[in-house]
Amino acid sequence: MKYVDEFRAPELIGRAGEEIRKLADPRRHYRIMEVCGGHTHAIYRFGLKDLLPENVELIHGPGCPVCVLPMGRIDDGLSLTAKPEFIFAAFGDMMRVPGTHGSPLEYKARGMDVRIVYSPADALKLARMNPDKHVVFFAIGFETTAPSTALTIIRAKSEGLPNFSIFCNHVTIIPAIRAILDSPDMRLDGFVGPGHVSTVIGCRPYEWIAQDAGKPVVVSGFEPLDILQSIVMLLRQLRNGEAKVENQYKRVVPWEGNRAALRAMAEVFELRPYFEWRGLGFISQSALKIRSVYGEWDSEQRFTVPGVRVTDPKAAQCGEVLKGVLKPSQCKLFGRECTPEQPIGALMVSSEGSCAAHYNYSQHRPITIASAAAV
Amino acid sequence: MCLAIPGKIVEIDAHNAQLAVVDVVGVRRKVDLGLLQEESVHPGDWVLIHVGFAMSKISETDAADQMRTLMILGESEAAMQEVQGYGLENENDDSLGRGPVS
Repeated sequence: MKYVDEFRAPELIGRAGEEIRKLADPRRHYRIMEVCGGHTHAIYRFGLKDLLPENVELIHGPGCPVCVLPMGRIDDGLSLTAKPEFIFAAFGDMMRVPGTHGSPLEYKARGMDVRIVYSPADALKLARMNPDKHVVFFAIGFETTAPSTALTIIRAKSEGLPNFSIFCNHVTIIPAIRAILDSPDMRLDGFVGPGHVSTVIGCRPYEWIAQDAGKPVVVSGFEPLDILQSIVMLLRQLRNGEAKVENQYKRVVPWEGNRAALRAMAEVFELRPYFEWRGLGFISQSALKIRSVYGEWDSEQRFTVPGVRVTDPKAAQCGEVLKGVLKPSQCKLFGRECTPEQPIGALMVSSEGSCAAHYNYSQHRPITIASAAAV
Repeated sequence: MCLAIPGKIVEIDAHNAQLAVVDVVGVRRKVDLGLLQEESVHPGDWVLIHVGFAMSKISETDAADQMRTLMILGESEAAMQEVQGYGLENENDDSLGRGPVS
């Protein structure tokens, strides 16, 4: 209760909950996927599930970049640290993600030169500061971070910086949604669309989901009211038999996206024919590779990378959880062998992973608005 | 990594118009403006920052909203750690990348 005043328009939160109850047809069961890991985190943190009627179910989607990265890519990236003249730089989120022979942090403990950076621009700076070393930046993320990587590569080329390259793991969200819709064991009624990815790509790329697949999409902000309003908008479309793309997060997301960012991406990247996603398998045209004109700044074009493929531990059911077929707690390892302290699957590593969110917030909830909104 | 951090443009770099000093709750760091080329950005404007790059121009109200969102999501500390970690100034800062892991 004491936290309720901190939310945007708290009086509207209870009203949105009521509206959802009114709109949800008791004879139907609604399965709505929130695509973005940030939304998954928010939904758990605020206990939003408790505000929804039983027949409105939220399914957690694939939008956590750390979670969908197969272990083989981590092994490939870390293989480059074997040479003493290499510096391996990555975001802090990557540091605890297990590879076959340990996480980047464990490599650091063994004496490899592993650095945490908060921006690809800082990895570039590391290269400038260490002319006798080669800096590899382990790039990861959806369209939210891909433009920054692209611009960093453009900058490296214009400076002619020879001792810098990117190990590129950028993926794109649309093919993952397509793969989920094509999956035979998946039945969904609509999507809460990602917020920050959409500041870059805009709302247009989702139109096929509405037009061809007949599912409504509402691009959403991250506060409790945003997410609940988006669910209201989805249920309203479903009640009216409509399927269109709507933008609940207009205060940040322009319909057309960020054209300068899209231009930088188009300049530097092309689509890989296919890329492996943890849990979802190989998805065609779902990831970005660096164009050959920028090949000198692509670790994969410049160096030999083993191309490791690692099957996930058999007992871990990350794939089923990622696709929303299983709930995190239904995995055999959840909370026993696999915890945020000792993660086996990547969904336990990132705070945006549905297993970590489920683990952290089902045990102790720092904030719940369900009781407050009911008062 | 997926944090969108609101900041106020304090000044555009005199030597490089694609760099600006932003203020995030009192912490000042340089960020890259290269992804906002379609917009005119001036001191006093508010932007959302992702991994050291300003990604969109927003209103002051939306910036305050976003800071509160980070706070209630329990991510404001991580956001400040990220901003403090941006290393574009201090050209010869040898500590870059050697900081603690959150």
